[in-house]
Amino acid sequence: MNWTANDLHIILVGTLCALACALPGTFLLLRRMSMMGDAISHAVLPGLAIAFLISGSRASWWMFFGAAIAGVLTALFTQWITRFGKVERGAAMGIVFTTLFAIGLILIKQSADHVDLDPACVLYGALEYTPLDLVTLFETAEHLIQVPRAALVIAATLLFNILIIALFFKEFTLASFDPSLAKTQGFRPMLMHYLLMTMVAVTTVASFEAVGSIIVIAMLIVPPATAFLLTRRLPILIATSLIVAVLSALLGHLSSQALPHLLGLPETTSSGMMATATGVLFLLAWVFGPEGLMRQNSGELKKPEHLIDLDEPKALEKH
Amino acid sequence: MDLEILRETLLLEQHNTRIVVISVALLGGTAGLIGSFLLLRKQSLLGDALSHATLPGIGIAFALMSAMGLSGKSLPGLLTGATITGLIGVLLVLAIRRSTRLKDDAAMGIVLSVFFGLGVAILNMVQKIPGQSSAGLDSFIYGSTASMVWSDFCLIIVTLLVTSVMTILILKELTLLCFDPDFASVDGWPTLRLDVILMGLVTAVTVVGLQAVGLILIIAFLITPPTAARFWTDDLKKLLWISTMIGAVSGWLGASISALYSNLPAGAIIVISASFIFLVSMIFGRARGVLPRYLRHLKLQKKVGRQHLLRSTFEILENTQSEAPLKNIPISMELLRKHRYWSKGELPRLIRQARAEDHIERQPSGELRLSESGFGEASRITRNHRLWEMYLIKHADIAPSHVDRDADMVEHLLGAEIVHQLEAELELAKSDIKSPHAI
Repeated sequence: MNWTANDLHIILVGTLCALACALPGTFLLLRRMSMMGDAISHAVLPGLAIAFLISGSRASWWMFFGAAIAGVLTALFTQWITRFGKVERGAAMGIVFTTLFAIGLILIKQSADHVDLDPACVLYGALEYTPLDLVTLFETAEHLIQVPRAALVIAATLLFNILIIALFFKEFTLASFDPSLAKTQGFRPMLMHYLLMTMVAVTTVASFEAVGSIIVIAMLIVPPATAFLLTRRLPILIATSLIVAVLSALLGHLSSQALPHLLGLPETTSSGMMATATGVLFLLAWVFGPEGLMRQNSGELKKPEHLIDLDEPKALEKH
Repeated sequence: MDLEILRETLLLEQHNTRIVVISVALLGGTAGLIGSFLLLRKQSLLGDALSHATLPGIGIAFALMSAMGLSGKSLPGLLTGATITGLIGVLLVLAIRRSTRLKDDAAMGIVLSVFFGLGVAILNMVQKIPGQSSAGLDSFIYGSTASMVWSDFCLIIVTLLVTSVMTILILKELTLLCFDPDFASVDGWPTLRLDVILMGLVTAVTVVGLQAVGLILIIAFLITPPTAARFWTDDLKKLLWISTMIGAVSGWLGASISALYSNLPAGAIIVISASFIFLVSMIFGRARGVLPRYLRHLKLQKKVGRQHLLRSTFEILENTQSEAPLKNIPISMELLRKHRYWSKGELPRLIRQARAEDHIERQPSGELRLSESGFGEASRITRNHRLWEMYLIKHADIAPSHVDRDADMVEHLLGAEIVHQLEAELELAKSDIKSPHAI
């Protein structure tokens, strides 16, 4: 394949996005709320649609707010249905996100005449087109350094996520592992919960335009899960999941360009293949990892059910 | 004119839409039936992983059929592909759960996102294959009833009928699986095989529903009707009936409305109909709805408050008189206030309530006096309280000084029958009982 600046830009956007997602994803995983990432990334659709109808443009702060609000509302409604209706959390989440997604679909269809926002673009994004929208960073006599505009947006989100997690690292950790203790220590686990949900929503919105929600869901869930199979220490867990995320973005783009040609097919979307690449890396960790299938079968390890799991976080739903 | 068409559509008089409405309603009913077991098994979101996992199968089936020179869009072929990768996805979820430290939600999320990403990549590839029109494959993602033809409906209806009949045939086994899987496996039932059969049934419904509702929203058909039905009943048979009905009604409504307004996506309208029924059920549902539960709570609170007030009055009467037959004399508000802990504003409210019920009268002097019926009620309540206290002291080894609160937690729920049992147990048939502790 021909290596061009375009590929570099696509990989840059994909990598930044993978990093931005894997950070909050780690804490979602620890709280056993990975599916919340899926729910929120579907449920931001009505927020986007309404913000779009109000503001009339695609790249605006309105979209950001609309989606962030929709994301937090998903978490809030799920919590309410779980608490007041005494419904199991998975079912409550399913009801909330399908309803919101349906409302979003209808809003978009209704305004389809004068809107160039379609549900497909929310799902797939347009990673291939990000290099078309470039911003100049530096300009010197010999060099012109340009990056895709999407890269700047996602980089800002990544910084936001790093900042929040660095600031509240202790609180997040405690609230994930022992919400009761966090509460008695005055750490407000529910506040941490909603902060995390906001982070997920904001990351989803920042990424959806460039890479689509498929990649967001995959990067939120799979790299942390892969890292979870490789280590039991939180700092290493975070570092590993970031590495897995970056590797997936790289491998995903490469395979999207190279792999289909081996089968005699045209190249395919990078975002789909990046999601697939996370799956391949997970599979490797699952089979060959320190607690993987190979070692389980060779009798070196007992079945994981018998392992005493000190990292085991408590379910949040009791609060 | 619009209303006339709406009426005709809803009543299935419109020839064009009749078959769409019937098959979607049937889909909703079947999904409601099978979804109930998914809900009780606490696996609702597994349907989501499953439906996303069907996408690669659709793409691969399309590519294979095109390569073999067949029409790439033959529905049976596409659905076969969808079933195969869907089942692989579900089995992977089960495998990840069994062999790693990862929990349910992570396992489902991994399968869901990776398979969906793979599916999108494959669809994107096959859509660029020259010579085959792949337009319409997208309808599997968002759902569209417009692209369906007569043979599609026959396939859907037959599959749904077979699935429902199978579910009804193994109703007993599924019930056991949902309520007590451990007992089921100890008792020799093949729980793993039953789980796989349940997943197979879910897969069948999901796959035939893909085209009409779309793979993102089909999960709503599996989750929303049973969850809504759960608010109305605690009985499994009724739950299955209500859930089936809710599913069918939302399918019928949704399909009718979207048939009329062709620019409204069918899947979305169906989901919103179901969500509306859910909302109504969550608020008004007789068994577990928010409003009935709140009303029951208020009623109990009122009953507990009345019993506290009457017992306190009776205990004060006992404390202020030393001789036997107890006389019903007026007591002051102040005594009552000091007798036990009342929350702010509780005492005046309880007194107002008791006066409305003719249990307490206010004397001209401002003091309170039990009415005749109030006196009887108070002595009965006090007696029940002490019966229960003595039972706890005798049989639960609770210290007399601690027994008051423990008795207070249960005594309000004592029925006449239990009181008789307590009397027999404690051999206390006389009418007044002394308190086992200082008041």
